[in-house]
Amino acid sequence: MPIAFILTAVVTLLAAAAAMSLRNLVHCALMLAVSFSGIAAIYLQLNAEFVGFTEILVYVGAIAILIVMAILLTRSGETPDKSVLTSGWMAGIVVTVFVFVLLGWAVLNSSALPQTMAPAPHATVKNIGDVLMTKYVLPLEIIALMLTAAMIGAVVIAYREEAPKTKREEGIPIPPRDSLLPPPSPTGEKA
Amino acid sequence: MFDKLDQIFVTALHWLVGFLPEAWGPYVSPLICIAFILSVFPGLFALVTVIERKGLGRIQNRYGPNRVGPFGFLQFAADGVKALIKEDVVPRAADKLVHFLAPVVLLIPVLLTYAVLPFGKNMVLADYDAGLLFFLAVGGAVEVSVFMAGWSSHNKYSLLGAMRAIAQMLSYEIPLILSAVTVVMMVGSLNLSEIVKHQDHYTFGLAHWHVFTPWGLAGFLLFIVASLAESNRTPFDLPEAESEIIAGYFTEYSGFKFALFFLGEYLGMFAIAGLGITLFLGGWTAPFSCLTWIPSYVWFLGKLLGIVFVFIWIRGTLPRLRMDQLMNLAWKFMLPLALLNIVVAGIWHYMGPDWQHMRWLVCSAILAAAYAMLGLGLMQNQKLGKRVYKFAE
Repeated sequence: MPIAFILTAVVTLLAAAAAMSLRNLVHCALMLAVSFSGIAAIYLQLNAEFVGFTEILVYVGAIAILIVMAILLTRSGETPDKSVLTSGWMAGIVVTVFVFVLLGWAVLNSSALPQTMAPAPHATVKNIGDVLMTKYVLPLEIIALMLTAAMIGAVVIAYREEAPKTKREEGIPIPPRDSLLPPPSPTGEKA
Repeated sequence: MFDKLDQIFVTALHWLVGFLPEAWGPYVSPLICIAFILSVFPGLFALVTVIERKGLGRIQNRYGPNRVGPFGFLQFAADGVKALIKEDVVPRAADKLVHFLAPVVLLIPVLLTYAVLPFGKNMVLADYDAGLLFFLAVGGAVEVSVFMAGWSSHNKYSLLGAMRAIAQMLSYEIPLILSAVTVVMMVGSLNLSEIVKHQDHYTFGLAHWHVFTPWGLAGFLLFIVASLAESNRTPFDLPEAESEIIAGYFTEYSGFKFALFFLGEYLGMFAIAGLGITLFLGGWTAPFSCLTWIPSYVWFLGKLLGIVFVFIWIRGTLPRLRMDQLMNLAWKFMLPLALLNIVVAGIWHYMGPDWQHMRWLVCSAILAAAYAMLGLGLMQNQKLGKRVYKFAE
């Protein structure tokens, strides 16, 4: 196993573990960004340039930023005092390991797996573009349509342009203007 | 003779690597290239800071720095020493680790973008098949560092600056990418060297730069405006508007960390200007066939300095935009124009060289009409009129 793969794999896994277990949510989001970059590096080692760069562009550049913005806009950045682990974490680990072993066993013993490794295709950006525009043009168009619909929906939800109500309209009594000024001194001198 | 001068750096690299065992070659030669980039562009940064301050001084009718060295050109050395020996103040409430990492994280993606830029003929460090995508992807990671700086400082001005910066960078990335897409459509490749090669031929002594076509001119103008916003420069310097939010996301940075932010910002500006040159201004090619004897790297550096000069000029001339004006410009004006430009590039391609004059007329007319109508339509809602002074008269 090449040393570069081991290094990136260790960094990716550690970052992913930290993203689950750190207390401060913003730290978690930043570690998630590190883990995304690690995955992109692994794609690059597999000579999948296009997927690797897209991973950085979409996940590090957009999704990570979206997550931190969502955290900042919805809750204060204070860290909780209590531990992030719930009381039943031991049972959780047992269940997780069991499910992982079961799935791994099922996948490895599946008859659908090809017995011999297919040769790695030479996927340049040009090839990917050609295939997207010919063979897979219908799924591409459907995804584009769905994304457009989702975007319009988001705009419709966010688009409420109301003028802020004045105090008079809300029925809040406004003190008379004179009461805000200091009382005039009896001698008429300036205070 | 001129060819040798053009390839002098490439030859020197091969000569240097020739001294080492052959197995070391693939490892040592990128290292030398990286050292070259790391010395040339921060050096250019040092010079440009002085040129910018002197240029702004000229525009504002004052001298600018003129004490250190000849004509004040060693001012950057004095500033660098000052930044190094200053106390490094970290706020008590700051998130220490993230606060420390933010300037480092800023510099890494910015320096990575230089890997794919062709500085001259055969002078590119990593000739990726998807070089343009690499540049845009890595450049997008800058936002993470801006957020880290703003959030970790635990200062409301820093956080406000970071929010403004992220909103601005995300919005202007879209016109930036869409204006670059036209070039990719025409060339049929994401490789930056291929894009330069596509512009490297001449008719009647004039180069086929993309900027000399209607879609290329529109794309170039959109690209330059978007890249001004991406590099946070006036009139898009809201993230660090000193009269509103002190210094934005690097308010709480002092000493050399502040200098690193400054360096990162300027290196980002050079990189994105270099990308604009590569996409629209022919990269390292000469504008006229009679000037091809000038070495390619001289052309690249000359064009880079020209764009930087325009940026300094704009900074000295235009006032800062307001937040709503900034967003309106990106989403209501530049995005529709960039989308239309893609359609125009398609029309240009399918009309072909048989309709040489016709396609010039049609494409220019579509773009000019869209520009005028969008501009007029947006101006109508703004209720712009003659400026009325309430108190100053």
